[in-house]
Amino acid sequence: MSATELHISHAPAATRQGLAARIWKSRIDYLFLVPGLLIFGAFIVWPLIASEYYSLLTWTGFGAAKKFVGLQNYRELLQDEFFLNAFKRSFLFTLATVPLQMFISLVFAILLNNKLLKLSTLFRTMIFLPVVTPVAVIAIVIALMLSPFNGPINGLLLDAGLFERAVDFLGSPQLVLWTLAGVFVWKWTGVTLIYWLAALQTVPDELYEAAKLDGVRTWQVTVFVVLPIIAPFAVVIGLISAIAALNVFPLIQSTTQGGPFFASEVMEVFIFRIAFAPSGGMVPQLGYASAAGVLFGLAVMILTIFQIVAVRRARRKDPANG
Amino acid sequence: MADVALSRSSAITSRQSFLNPRRRRLITSVVLAAICILWVYPLVWMVSASFKSNSEIFAGGGLIPENPTFENFVRAWHEANIGAYFFNTLFVTVGSVLITTISAALMGYALGRRPFPGRAALFGLMLFTLFIPQGYTIIPVFELLSNLGLGQSLWGLMLATCGHSIVIFTLLFAGYFSQMPKELEEASRMDGVGPVKTFWYVMLPLSKPIIVTVVVMQTLQAWNDFLLPLVITLANPALRTLSVGIYSFRGEHFIDWGGMTAGSTITIVPVIILFLFLQRYFIDGLAGAVKG
Repeated sequence: MSATELHISHAPAATRQGLAARIWKSRIDYLFLVPGLLIFGAFIVWPLIASEYYSLLTWTGFGAAKKFVGLQNYRELLQDEFFLNAFKRSFLFTLATVPLQMFISLVFAILLNNKLLKLSTLFRTMIFLPVVTPVAVIAIVIALMLSPFNGPINGLLLDAGLFERAVDFLGSPQLVLWTLAGVFVWKWTGVTLIYWLAALQTVPDELYEAAKLDGVRTWQVTVFVVLPIIAPFAVVIGLISAIAALNVFPLIQSTTQGGPFFASEVMEVFIFRIAFAPSGGMVPQLGYASAAGVLFGLAVMILTIFQIVAVRRARRKDPANG
Repeated sequence: MADVALSRSSAITSRQSFLNPRRRRLITSVVLAAICILWVYPLVWMVSASFKSNSEIFAGGGLIPENPTFENFVRAWHEANIGAYFFNTLFVTVGSVLITTISAALMGYALGRRPFPGRAALFGLMLFTLFIPQGYTIIPVFELLSNLGLGQSLWGLMLATCGHSIVIFTLLFAGYFSQMPKELEEASRMDGVGPVKTFWYVMLPLSKPIIVTVVVMQTLQAWNDFLLPLVITLANPALRTLSVGIYSFRGEHFIDWGGMTAGSTITIVPVIILFLFLQRYFIDGLAGAVKG
């Protein structure tokens, strides 16, 4: 709404009479934007701006007074080991999950893309089920499955004689982040699978047929013909998967809350703890948490820009998509 | 492994008999079936556990409960308040789906078809915000809701839930509307019909596939949302949604696995049914994100 008023009120002052006229002519179009812009402005644009301002404050709770302290929060953050470790863990987690998830789902996609495979829709649905399951439920399922006390997976490992003692997958500081990475890949592979299947739709059927007539084997077609065609999509899929992996808060908060001993505390879990769930008699530090959020958001944005440039470059190389 | 074995034996014996497409499809199907069963096994196991007594769950029995019981469901629904949380979630989900779909369709129509001044700038701003992490925005969102007096209410939660994907949905609508033939609007202008009526009677009915996609995606998003409802209900447990309710259940009754799995089953059954019936639209929506 504010954008509309802004345009209209400034319009008479505009030197180009044409702009004012065009804006007045489009007045109904701006009405269409009102509900969407209210939501977009209130819950996306405003928080983006406000976070930057909050990050310059000392602010100990939503009712408390705000005090301007400049860049002090940022200076403290850069020396805060918990922050630096959480930051590092977020990107480590992304580096561990994205390639694995993309590879597993690509293999599934290539197998399921066969039109003559009668059950492929059923298989796709099964792989997709963890995606539609809320993380709080996933947390309970994996706590049961991975329980060191008579959990089915430990039962299997012990019966097979692989381990002498039950493995505490979620309770060991060394294992916990990798266990959660595995769970994350299991939960989200279904989405990446859909992306790859969409990419495979762009490969013309004639290519498969021509290759078959020439007596080329299926795996050769896949590696030398299909993969190069869908390669440009890999960058987009990688970007979307990386963003998802950086936003892993729900899974980690509901399984381990960042523990044990902060071993699985990623960036958003850190922000949540500082802002909403301080422990040991600490007060919420909303300014400090906002500063952490801004740094994290900046890192994500840099990553995004980096990848978008890569997408552009990949598309330019491939004339079919240009 | 299977591939290696196959290709090696095919080199020795006749290649046709081993690599004929039907046989290979059969082998692929069997291997995939095994993997997929393992893939969903944890979820099936959980649903099965919800019909078992707490002592039976860890007794290492099979998937079929020996003495099936509904006690877990009764306990979860009443004592753990899962019943109340169910209706909270339903309220937030239905409301946010309505608001999001209407707002995104309206904004998508203007962005996709109407050449108003400022359109390119708005597009750019939306793309710029596409990948902002939720951890970045949660503090201002909560502060804003508190200032509006909605920080402790389901209405506030509903409104803020609309913000999650409105950009993606608007872009989906805009992309769809922009591909429609120009004649549609020209015909209605000839008949003296304004943009509002054109939108309502011509454009909206034609965009049914996108509407269903957006409804399904926003339903899943709202139903499964976690950080926002967690923050809004921290001081007000009565407003919890199912996701937060299940999460808190675990903190409060940490040995009642029967109740927890029953609550989880109640939580996932509606979304899974919705997904099974409307998965085509959900998958089309996701696929659109990559193609676009």
